[in-house]
Amino acid sequence: MPHIAVDRLLKTYRISERDPGVMGALRGLVQRRYRTVEALSGVSFSLERGELLGFIGPNGAGKSTTIKILAGILRPDGGRVTVDGRDPFADRERHVARIGVVFGQRTQLWWDLPVGDGFDLLRDIYRVDAARYRRTRDELVALLNLERVLDQPVRQLSLGQRMRAEIAAALLHEPDILFLDEPTIGLDAPSKLAVRDFVRRANRERGTTVLLTTHDMHDIEALARRVIIIGHGRVLADSPVEALRAQVMAERRLVVDFAQDAELPAQVDGAKVHSRDGQTLVLDFDPSVTTAPALIARIAGAHAVEDIRLEGLAIEAVIARFYAMHGAAEA
Amino acid sequence: MSAVRELARPYVAAFASRFLQMLQYRTAALAGFATQCWWGGIKVMVFAAFYGGTAIAGAGSPMSLEQAITYTWLAQGLLVLLPWLGDPEVAQAVRTGAVAYDRLRPVDAYALWFARSAGWIAARLLPRVALMAAFAAVALPLAGLGAWAWQPPTGVAAGFAFLVSVVLALLLSTSMVMLLNVAMTAALNERGINAVATPVVIVFSGNVLPLALLPDAWQGALLVQPLAGLMDIPARLYFGQLAGWNALGGLALQCVWIVVCVTAGRFAMQRTMRSLQVQGG
Repeated sequence: MPHIAVDRLLKTYRISERDPGVMGALRGLVQRRYRTVEALSGVSFSLERGELLGFIGPNGAGKSTTIKILAGILRPDGGRVTVDGRDPFADRERHVARIGVVFGQRTQLWWDLPVGDGFDLLRDIYRVDAARYRRTRDELVALLNLERVLDQPVRQLSLGQRMRAEIAAALLHEPDILFLDEPTIGLDAPSKLAVRDFVRRANRERGTTVLLTTHDMHDIEALARRVIIIGHGRVLADSPVEALRAQVMAERRLVVDFAQDAELPAQVDGAKVHSRDGQTLVLDFDPSVTTAPALIARIAGAHAVEDIRLEGLAIEAVIARFYAMHGAAEA
Repeated sequence: MSAVRELARPYVAAFASRFLQMLQYRTAALAGFATQCWWGGIKVMVFAAFYGGTAIAGAGSPMSLEQAITYTWLAQGLLVLLPWLGDPEVAQAVRTGAVAYDRLRPVDAYALWFARSAGWIAARLLPRVALMAAFAAVALPLAGLGAWAWQPPTGVAAGFAFLVSVVLALLLSTSMVMLLNVAMTAALNERGINAVATPVVIVFSGNVLPLALLPDAWQGALLVQPLAGLMDIPARLYFGQLAGWNALGGLALQCVWIVVCVTAGRFAMQRTMRSLQVQGG
């Protein structure tokens, strides 16, 4: 039986609307207008124990909604969710005792309490055994590099420190399942790396099942083996990260700087001219048709060239194209 | 025993954590105390002027001047028992959406909020009572203003009944704050709720005037309504106006209102949380 099973989830939100300006506000007093937005229209997938799944999609695609339903915070309008054999709503207290959740944009720590006091409070709220708690906390503090912030109030932490503390807070009760909703949002590079490294270890070494949403494709590349792309409340693709990467590899870009007085070729065999700017020519090519060395040799042999750079298409570009292809970009 | 302790652990921890956290705000406590001394002083002078006139100074008055003055200081000391604001921490959690995390704790959600709000009230109550007692019961007589001082309770029994009643008032206040908390959660904003709660609460709790000084025809209804249990019943016990069986009746009345408010609060919270939608992000 899968660790997490999601079957044809439906969720609509009712959003109140009014015309802008004074007249709109006055009209809104008399007559309220509502619009329904379909956040989820039949999302299904399943996750095995110990899997690490990346969840990507444009803003408003339904990623957070799915996580909130899985966490038992939000009731779906239709469909079924089973987490570790339990219904998150019928069995709320036992369900939430076994999951850890981080919402990157909200804080679960107490603003005015020192981080360590917040951890102690969570220990009591989850009724964690004292010896076990000390071991887990010390391990988390060491791995996430939190020694120096333990006695600082949460409001004084930097975003990177706070996020590391949030992740520790979500794991103090040693959950089997970790839901991370944009855990790297707004973090600087070292903090991102620390978070990724930590999540990877939790998954590999402790076998924690992880479901992660992100807009940072590097998170996906660094962590997930499988990725689900969601848009307009539907699963658009559910594939190994390898397949996505293959798509990325299918397109390469060659940037050629020609010498000052050299004339730029109108076209190059085996490649497509993407753009030209002064003495710089940008070419796209498929490495399975023309290899990079052959292309470079052809250009360098016929023209005076100053510099040549080879670029892989950014995974972001592929994803953006993918969203556009499926009409998934946010309206 | 240890099973009970384990069961109560999250709630005790939530209470203690909030209590200790609130104690840190010394400036707020001192500022509140200064304001309450000021208002207390004005009210005492108003009472002195009233009682100095002949209208209500006669034997028929339900309260002597000394009692009215002591009542004023008591009311000022117990001011934070008045549930005129929802818990600001809940308000903030609702506005930021952090309330979602409260749904993630494997505990009774109502009891957890209740414990936190009780800690919030208790931590503001104790320092203010102590400061107010030091000012009105000790400093004023020393300054030669003994006539305007806070007098001791009528007797030992009255003092004990008063203490029990204050503890019940704390629970009653918390259960009412919980109703405000749930209303704030349902409305997604605290301002309207607080604006309605404040005037109702300060009148019917007996904060503006001792309820005993309001018209005789209203007395029955005034004593039975829930807000009397916050300040007026403790004060009547303090003065021995409620004694013997009547004292027990007063305490029982507080308990009844606690049960009513908790039951209503639990029901409302369950309904609200069911339909709560944490959007965005």
